[in-house]
Amino acid sequence: MFGQILFITMALVIVVTSIGVVAVRNPVRSALNLVANFFALAVLYLFLYAQFVAAVQIIVYAGAIMVLFLFTIMLLNLGSPSELSERGDLKRPVTWGLALLFVIVLAGGIFVRLGEAQPTADDLGTVQMVGKFLFTDWVYPFELTSILLLIAIVGAIVMAKRRL
Amino acid sequence: MEELLNNQWIVIPLRIIIVVGFVLAAVPVLTWVERRVLALMQIRKGPNRVGPAGLLQPVADGIKLFFKEDVLPERVDRFIYFLAPAGFLIPVLCAPAVIPWGSDDRLTPIADVNIGILFLLAMTSLTVYGIVLAGWSSNNKYSLLGGLRASAQTISYELAMGLSIISVVLLTGSLSMRDMVLNQQGSLGLLNWHVFRFFPLGLIATGIFLIAMLAETNRAPFDLPEAETELIAGYHTEYSSMKFAMFFMGEYASMVTISAVMVTLFFGGWLSPLPFAPFTWIPGPLWFLMKLGVFIYFFIWVRATLPRLRYDMLMKLGWLRLLPTALVNLFLVAIVLWWQK
Amino acid sequence: MDAVPISWYLILSAFMFAMGVTGVVIKRNPIVIFMCIELMLNAANLAFLAFARQQAQLGAQVAGQVYVILVMAVAAADVAIGLGIIVAIYRLRDTINVDEMNLLKF
Repeated sequence: MFGQILFITMALVIVVTSIGVVAVRNPVRSALNLVANFFALAVLYLFLYAQFVAAVQIIVYAGAIMVLFLFTIMLLNLGSPSELSERGDLKRPVTWGLALLFVIVLAGGIFVRLGEAQPTADDLGTVQMVGKFLFTDWVYPFELTSILLLIAIVGAIVMAKRRL
Repeated sequence: MEELLNNQWIVIPLRIIIVVGFVLAAVPVLTWVERRVLALMQIRKGPNRVGPAGLLQPVADGIKLFFKEDVLPERVDRFIYFLAPAGFLIPVLCAPAVIPWGSDDRLTPIADVNIGILFLLAMTSLTVYGIVLAGWSSNNKYSLLGGLRASAQTISYELAMGLSIISVVLLTGSLSMRDMVLNQQGSLGLLNWHVFRFFPLGLIATGIFLIAMLAETNRAPFDLPEAETELIAGYHTEYSSMKFAMFFMGEYASMVTISAVMVTLFFGGWLSPLPFAPFTWIPGPLWFLMKLGVFIYFFIWVRATLPRLRYDMLMKLGWLRLLPTALVNLFLVAIVLWWQK
Repeated sequence: MDAVPISWYLILSAFMFAMGVTGVVIKRNPIVIFMCIELMLNAANLAFLAFARQQAQLGAQVAGQVYVILVMAVAAADVAIGLGIIVAIYRLRDTINVDEMNLLKF
């Protein structure tokens, strides 16, 4: 019962904030909506036995990525909403409608086809468990990710530096 | 007594009240200590009029802040302007939830989660939002610059801090703060602490954490977000009354929290430094408190001693000195551990 | 601990994804477009974790979580690059309106 109430609260937060990211004009407020969204998601991750992923979600997304977004918004001084006025044309209502249709179709599909949650070990999402699989079965993807991050670092520096 | 300690409905609120109460009660005391110690170091008198030795000065300050007019500048983003002080204070007060301050596992910590240190990192990295949003919503150039500096600084130093923490995680083999303290227990007393582990590797990790914690709490010599000589007061220029007080409280509370993390990770938490008779009679929480006091004194000492860094020096120190050192240090710790096996 | 059926998570994920797509289509500020891409990635993460709960073997259950961690690493990388690109464009053209980025348009 308590779990359901918590889920519904978090789901409401996610729904409202994901609409907010898109509908709000001010980019700083969009970013704040997204932060709230990630928080609620982290709570849901706990429900799905993913403690480690929930902590990483907050550290990486809320603690680093969104701070980077805010930093860029402030650096380019895009805070004033009038800067990039969104033109009201036919595209907007059509897109909203299509998005709604997408959700309805998917929801229908999900309700028709889906099975139940399987029983699982209590320590499924702990660092020990995730780490064990990350460094055995998934070691090549993991190492590839590190190369990707290295490339990203080099790319970001090349991009941001005026003169190398 | 035993029955009370085993009753969850009493113990859990008690844990929260003790920790949050301690952190909040430490704030006024710390403001007095800081001003007195700074004054002593600069051969001044410091606050000495209100009460004996100026001890009631924090009360007077509190009353003053409480009754001040709450100024709302023109064209601020009202919602975010009100949200920012709370966004700064709340994560700071949440962070100590995983820090154990005694050996009794029924009383402390509030939650001994198996991702303890990650929770702590998450909470400390969230404090930057309060600062950044305060700087942005104030509609003031100086505030904006302060917020920008705070975000860049926090991200930069978080990396070095995280890497030095990872070396402790490697030593312990667990992310739970309680396990980290217990891992430092041993017959050698303070030589078992993580600072002196694999000399000098533990010491280097401690030093990196020490520098990074000054930067993370925006204290001197890394107080660029609120550098008064160039940015008036940085991100909280436009704040007054209780909203300013919340920033103020947050800063001191985060000092307490991060010092507690330092004590827990590297200096043996509640453990006694010398594991024989007269020293082991002193209860663990008292040791914890004493060690905490040393680091809070360190914060004040550094503030009185070192000049503020220039911005480019700050970035250079973070990225070109601390980060590579932390990486190499972590690598060496891993090698020693592997070699020991 | 299973408070609600898995399908609820998936519907939530679908909703987030749809909002992300909507944002990418209708927004003109590339930073907000980027945020919407992050929203879509997070929708995928939620779906990964939810589907992982439907697997019977432990390996498959953990695999879902490993995927999420890999996705997060990729997201961090693309934010670093993307924001770098946006800053570079702003320096070059003094605007970041995506409708004016039409030099390569035929």
